[in-house]
Amino acid sequence: MTVRLYIWQRGTAALMLPLVLVHVAVIFYATRKGMTAADILARTRGSVVWASFYGVFVCAAAIHASIGLRNVLTEWSPLQDRGAGWCAIVFGLVLLMLGLRAVFAVVLA
Amino acid sequence: MSDPQAELTVALWRGAAQGRYETYRVPRRASQTVLDVVTYVQRHLDPTLSYRFACRVGMCGSCAMTVNGRPRWTCRTHVSNVAENGRLQIGPLENLPVIKDLATDMRAFFEKWQQAKGTFAPSRTRHDAIEQIKPDSPARIAADAAIECINCGICYAACDTVRWSSDYLGPAALNRAWSLVSDERDSGNRARLAAVAASGGCHACHSHQSCQEHCPQLLNPTASIAGLKRRTVAAYLKGELKP
Repeated sequence: MTVRLYIWQRGTAALMLPLVLVHVAVIFYATRKGMTAADILARTRGSVVWASFYGVFVCAAAIHASIGLRNVLTEWSPLQDRGAGWCAIVFGLVLLMLGLRAVFAVVLA
Repeated sequence: MSDPQAELTVALWRGAAQGRYETYRVPRRASQTVLDVVTYVQRHLDPTLSYRFACRVGMCGSCAMTVNGRPRWTCRTHVSNVAENGRLQIGPLENLPVIKDLATDMRAFFEKWQQAKGTFAPSRTRHDAIEQIKPDSPARIAADAAIECINCGICYAACDTVRWSSDYLGPAALNRAWSLVSDERDSGNRARLAAVAASGGCHACHSHQSCQEHCPQLLNPTASIAGLKRRTVAAYLKGELKP
């Protein structure tokens, strides 16, 4: 891992820490209030705040996880930096696509 | 069954990468070290046994081996502290190619010291006045904490990251780099920080702390590597490092 990847991984980790706490709090709130999917969608649709919150969360998670996967591959598989890097980029893009699709689904659908 | 109080049962690695443990009977002595045991085998039982040692007093770092599964300096390891029911298993250091028996090829270990720019780069010539360094300055304290390495290779053999990544510089080379980064008299930090910030450098460390756990000099290479991480991140954010 280079210093550039290190900063991106630690930076996204620091960014995700409060986001995870808010996300978990939201889950507890929604389940304890017995909210239905329709109740939740009614609050998230068209919300710039929730779109921004989960959009940032998804981007940070995709970057963080793909750098982590790259490290795992370079250490525990025969892949070298270049091959592991490409695998990580593909993995990150898949995560990004899936995550943003979910964000669009709850905010714009 | 031999008496473990009078005799040791010693399994020694014989061969190179392909080899086997062979068992020898060695008389037990008072204040006997593991190096004494190996030397006894070579001088009295099998003169073809290959191993490496020099000073016998914990200064040269030559005699490190794997003793009952842990890397240790054998000249300062008492048999009474490590023998289990009178049994010892002694092998070559891990993470280094075996030349023969207990002797490993340490070229990669020392080449990584060079890759990490572990050579002092003076900032003054012999014609300049000697620079005054306060022993209690934070930088000097940081350098002193890392400086007593004897190049034994024990941290390198104990390191999981070295085992997984052949290009990882390893705890000893990075610890050396940190001692120079902290040295106010040194002028080679730009190249040194670039070397340790590249792939295989300090950011590959997982902070498992095996180096600290096993270091016979009680150094803390993990802390040195953490220091390098901080310095390289700061240098990168200031635009002083181009990865």
